[in-house]
Order: sequence, then structure tokens, then C-alpha cells
Amino acid sequence: MGLSSIAYDLGSGLNGPMSISHLSSPRQQLAFSAKSCSRACITVRAADGNSGSMRAPPSTVRASKLVTNAVAVKSETASIAATKSGHELLLFEALREGLEEEMERDPRVCVLGEDVGHYGGSYKVTKGLAEKFGDLRVLDTPIAENSFTGMAVGAAMTGLRPIVEGMNMGFLLLAYNQISNNCGMLHYTSGGQFTIPVVIRGPGGVGRQLGAEHSQRLESYFQSVPGLQMVACSTPYNAKGLMKAAIRSENPVILCEHVLLYNLKERIPDEEYVCCLERAELVRPGKDVTILTYSRMRHHVLQAAKSLINKGYDPEIIDIISLKPFDLHTIGNSIKKTHKVLIVEECMRTGGIGASLRASIMDNFWDYLDAPIMCLSSQDVPTPYAGTLEEATVVQPPQIVKAIKQLCG
Amino acid sequence: MNDFMGRKVSYSSQMCFIPEESTNSVPCYRLLSTHGDLLDPSSINELDKELCIEMYRKMVTLQVMDTIFYDAQRQGRISFYVTTIGEEAINIGSAAALNATDVVFSQYREPGVLMWRGFTLQQFANQCYGNEYDLGKGRQMPVHYGSNELNYLTVSSPIATQVPQAVGAAYGLKMDKKDACAVTYFGDGGTSEGDFHAGMNFAAVLGAPVLFICRNNGWAISTPTSEQFRSDGVAIKGQAYGVRSIRVDGNDALAVYFAVKNARKMAVEEFRPILIEALTYRVGHHSTSDDSSKYRSVDEIEYWRTRRDPVARLRMFLQSNRWWDDENEDLLRQDLRTQMMSVLHNAESKKKPGLSNLFEDVYDVIPQNLKEQEQETQAIVGKYPKDYPSDVPLD
Repeated sequence: MGLSSIAYDLGSGLNGPMSISHLSSPRQQLAFSAKSCSRACITVRAADGNSGSMRAPPSTVRASKLVTNAVAVKSETASIAATKSGHELLLFEALREGLEEEMERDPRVCVLGEDVGHYGGSYKVTKGLAEKFGDLRVLDTPIAENSFTGMAVGAAMTGLRPIVEGMNMGFLLLAYNQISNNCGMLHYTSGGQFTIPVVIRGPGGVGRQLGAEHSQRLESYFQSVPGLQMVACSTPYNAKGLMKAAIRSENPVILCEHVLLYNLKERIPDEEYVCCLERAELVRPGKDVTILTYSRMRHHVLQAAKSLINKGYDPEIIDIISLKPFDLHTIGNSIKKTHKVLIVEECMRTGGIGASLRASIMDNFWDYLDAPIMCLSSQDVPTPYAGTLEEATVVQPPQIVKAIKQLCG
Repeated sequence: MNDFMGRKVSYSSQMCFIPEESTNSVPCYRLLSTHGDLLDPSSINELDKELCIEMYRKMVTLQVMDTIFYDAQRQGRISFYVTTIGEEAINIGSAAALNATDVVFSQYREPGVLMWRGFTLQQFANQCYGNEYDLGKGRQMPVHYGSNELNYLTVSSPIATQVPQAVGAAYGLKMDKKDACAVTYFGDGGTSEGDFHAGMNFAAVLGAPVLFICRNNGWAISTPTSEQFRSDGVAIKGQAYGVRSIRVDGNDALAVYFAVKNARKMAVEEFRPILIEALTYRVGHHSTSDDSSKYRSVDEIEYWRTRRDPVARLRMFLQSNRWWDDENEDLLRQDLRTQMMSVLHNAESKKKPGLSNLFEDVYDVIPQNLKEQEQETQAIVGKYPKDYPSDVPLD
């Protein structure tokens, strides 16, 4: 068969160091600290039942029920794209790949949310994971966002690394109490005694006629909560990388996905990679103007850019990625070069990411600006259901082209 | 077919509404009479004398600590305090029945649990004074204790947010198959929160090893339980979620001890949540920001304070068995007062945490924007020292 089958033995070695190896990649070897060892113990066996040198020290293994799952590793994904390097997949698959890799690497990683288990998630991000990792590690929860987010906080403070999936980011407004009062705060108020390494993720943004309640831009509301980190993915590459980085972070991270980007296709590397949570992405270097954007608007900007380039403009396009904190290093370097800024966002005009970004840029780079910062945002209205009206509330490429012409002359 | 989604249905042509109230209210488990006599004298053989004495000592310690800290707040020495007067039996009785590895998610009226586990009077004082020895580094208000080492999660004020958190911790314990459970405490008021409802429901569905301990002390600030819910208290709610439950006399330390001990065993061995409603009375005010004589009769408070005191009740039991006497009592209380005075003085004389503590632990590593904000703050405080507290070091 040539494939390794991996058995997960959830024992409970109480104290003592352990080392765990993942057969397929030496890079995925993980040494647990003594503290985290008290959680679970993993033994990894090859398909032929050979434990070899991978077994954890016997003194720390307690006899317990074996949960076996056969896992097909790299060769399955290799069949998707048989060409030279990398493999093609859709954004939601990239998220899943990142999640799966982290769940394999670290037994403390688990997923909680509505319909994430056998249903595979409303957007199929967790498809297949319950079958592979079991019903406890991919947990279907009853409908109470505040409570399963609270559960994740409690689980994180006592050693797990949970990922909370909001079926739609808008529903996480119900979880705002736990996110703001506990998630963002307890590391601080406990004097650093308890960490909350949760990832809170889900689709947000304006979709196709999903109605006002399902078209929210939660990043506006979360950006002010101290203690949280927030990132927005926009491509399969950064989706996978940010998912992995968020899971590995010791801080609570909100990973904003967009409903309309899940089927975006891209070729991503076969090798393991992790993106940096605090770094913006330079999408296109240029010298005329700095365009700052994130999530779906990145793609609207790129579309507008085609037209702009034809007209002779040379925009520098930066996907800010990190919504909290802003990567002022990358952004600042760009502004020092171009002296003009256009922000393109999907948030409302009032109190959105754009509003904060503008303030930040003015505070830090006022001297480098040749013109007032322009910001294209959605209007301060609930998103209407009617398709034509909905389209008018989202910034479209022609608007972006017009703004650049205005800014650059 | 009598099945509906896996459950048996019994059909009937008799239209029958389940009454809103049962004719018999949930029975309340107690071992001691209000005068400290064992209701079943033969059960003395199941009691451990040393444990009973230790429980009593800790209950007295809690009572004395509360009295002195409350007075300290009144004198302006600490900014705020919440007493546990009247609920010492729940605190100590339950704590004694748990293991040190059971993870505790409290509301804010359960310092006795921390005390039982070894948190010292000095540590309590350090937190209340927010000095540099406070484990919380001066970031939380008094009584918001937390200790990683003692498996007691840092107290967070919002009501009932700890309930689903405890379920989450229990979920982790279940995955790891540990011989430990999660325990969460909340008051009668807390059971109105959505988090209580969902926490109970989740725990039942998950089969999570968690104890839900409700201190039904009759009052949620000024709201009496008659205005909090219309059900027969809290224990009855368990069955609605499929959670095994018990009502216990919360002022009977022995009853609380045995109820929690058995509940814990069931939770850990059978992977199920258990709800314990402990009936008691909040003798003190809600907090130092409250004057409860404004909404309840002083007679009622005095009655519970003098005639239904859980500490006195256990003492009467110990004394009637000659396990304790007046001399022990006087010595203990004297010693505690002396300790507390010294502890207060010590805590007061310590420095406050420096300014850098304002910016650390917001994240694991301080980010650039917070570093800048820290520098700005240090510059302002350094430039106008007279406008800022003199006992907070700049670093």
C-alpha cells in the first residue's frame, strides 16, 4: 500500500515528556512541553503495525481504548493534480487542508460548531473530518453560539486548542459576550495564568441575496476588542496558511472568511507552509498609488487594476490580511513610496476597518501623504435582499477605477 | 409505530396538561438538624473526625476573612469586596468533596473553594489590594481570584459565562479520559441566563463530566427568587435537560459534602453532568456597593444570620461529639484575627504592579502598537507625576 495508517491512542499520561512523530513529514515532528503532555498521548503506528522509534515513552502511556482510523496521506491529494509542483484546490478545500494538517499534528486541536460533524459544515470546510478524527474532536453543538464559544474558551483555558465555526459570522454576534468579556480578557485578567488559544472562524461579508442578517461585516465590531487578533483570508494560499498560523497562535484569533470566495481556485504548494498572522501581502508592486484592501474586495481591486494598468496607471496593491493589528510596516513602506492611498473595503462607512485604517495612517504617515486618504466602503444601510440593490451596496470595480483617476489625476 | 426520533411516544386520548407545579416539591437532602444533631445517629460511623474538624476550621477562616475584608473596604483600605457570609457550608463542603485536579469555574461567591485548596490569606489579600504579588497582576477587581496551580479559573464578573466554559473543560477531560471533572458554581440569578440553559443542555448531550452547583441563596441583588423563576427552584430544571439532579440543604456542611462526593463519582464514572441545588441564604449584602436593608427586612437577615448560621450548626455537631470545644474556638478565632491583621498590613505595604503591566499579557507577545502606547503613557506619567498615583512604578 505504501501509505501509513495512523492510529490515535487517546491515553492520558499524567506527567512526563513525550515526543510525537508524524510519519509523513519530519517537519511535523512535535515535542510537547511537560505541561501539555498531561493532556493526551499519541502513539503513531505504521500500516504494518510497526511502532518503531515513534512510540511515546511507555511509562507515560496508560492503557486505554484504542480509536483507530485509517488515514490516507499525501498520495490522495497528489492525484488531484498530477502535474509538476503544487496542487489545485478551492478555497474551502484549502481551509480544510490546513485544518486537517493541524489536527493531525496536534491532538489538542478540535472543532466545535453547528453541523460541522457528519454534515461536514455548511460550507464543507470540515467535510470528512468527523469520520477521520471522531465525533469528539469534530463536535456538533446545539444552537447556542454564546455557549459553544464559551465552551471553547473553557476548553482552551484547560489545555485544548479549539476552533469555533460560526455558521455565519453574523451569528457570532450572539457570542459577543464570551468573545469580548472572556476570550479577549482572561489572559490579561488572570495575570497571564490562563491562555485562550482559540480560533473563531466563519463566513461573513455580503453574499448573493442572503438578506441583511446574513451579510454582516463582523470585523467592524471585533476590531475594538482588546486581546483579540483578527485576519481575513482571500485566496486558497493564504486561507490555508492563515488557518494553520491561527491554530498555532497562543492568542485568540478571529479568521474572517467570505461567503463568495469559498470556490476560488488556486494552485498551492505541496510542501507545508504557514503564513504570518501579522503580515500584509504585497499583491502587485507599483509606484503611483497604494491600494489597501482585504477579503473579497481584493478581487474587485484586481479587476479594476486591469483597467487601470491599461490606462497607464501603476497601482501598488496590498491585501492587508491582518485586520488587528494592522501591518503598518508594509503599509508604511508603500505610502512612503506612492504618497497616495485608496482603501477599498466592504465594511460600512461608519466604524469599519477603513475608518480605523485611515486614522492609523494619518497618525503614522501624515508627512508622506500628498492627498487625503480615500476610502471606498459600503453605505451605512442593512444589506437589502433584492439583487440590484445589494450590488449597489458593495464597492464595484468601476468605482475603484474612478477613485484612482480622481486620486492620481 | 411508537417511535419519534428514537424516543418512545405513548399516545393517549385523554387530554392531559403537565401541571406547572408538582404537588410534591423536590425533597431536600440534609444530614444535620438545624441544631447540629445527626438525623441518623448511626451515620456517625461514616464520618471522618479529622475531615469534619478541618472543614469547620476552614469555614471559620472564611467567615473571619470575610468579616475583616468587609471592614477593610468600609474603612477605605480596599476598594470593593464581596462576602460569602451564610454560604460557608457550600463553599467548604463542596470543596472538600472534590479532587485537587477537578477544574473549578466559579461565579464570585466561592473563595472557600480556593481556600480549601491552599490559597493563603496573604494571597487573598494581595489580590484585593492589587499589589505586585497578586497573581492577576492588579488587573481585576477584588475577589476576582484565579490560580492556575490550584485549578481555579480566574473569576469573570458577567453572570453565568463560566457555565458553558466549564462544559468545554469537561469536554476536554472526557476526550482525555481523565479522572477529573469540571465544576461550576452560580447563584439562583445565574440560572436565568441563556448560558445556564445552553450549558446544561450541551453537557447532557455531550455526556460531559461536569457538576453544576447552584447556590440558591434567595436573592440576586434585590431580586428575590420569587421574581427570578416560577419553577420549583432550580433542581427541577435538571430533568428538563436530561440532567440528574439533587436538592441539598446548603447550610448543612455534611450534606453538601456527601452530595457533591457522590455527584462527582457519577460524573466521572458515568460521563454525565449532575445538577446540585444548594438552598442557603445570602446573609451579607450583594457586595460592598449594596445595602440590602433597602429591599429586604432586617429581621429576615438577622434570623438567618443568628439562627441558621451554617458555621454554628457544624460547631454544634462537633461540640456535641466532643470533637471541638470553646477553647479551640477562641484560640482559632484569635489566631485568625492576628493573622488577618498581619496579612492586611503586609498586602498594603507592598508596591503596586508597574505601568508595564498595563500593556503585557494582552497578547502573548506585546505588539508594536501597544509598545508605542506604552511609551506614550510612560512619557505622560513621567512628565506630570503629580497627576498620577505615586505608588505605581513607571516600569
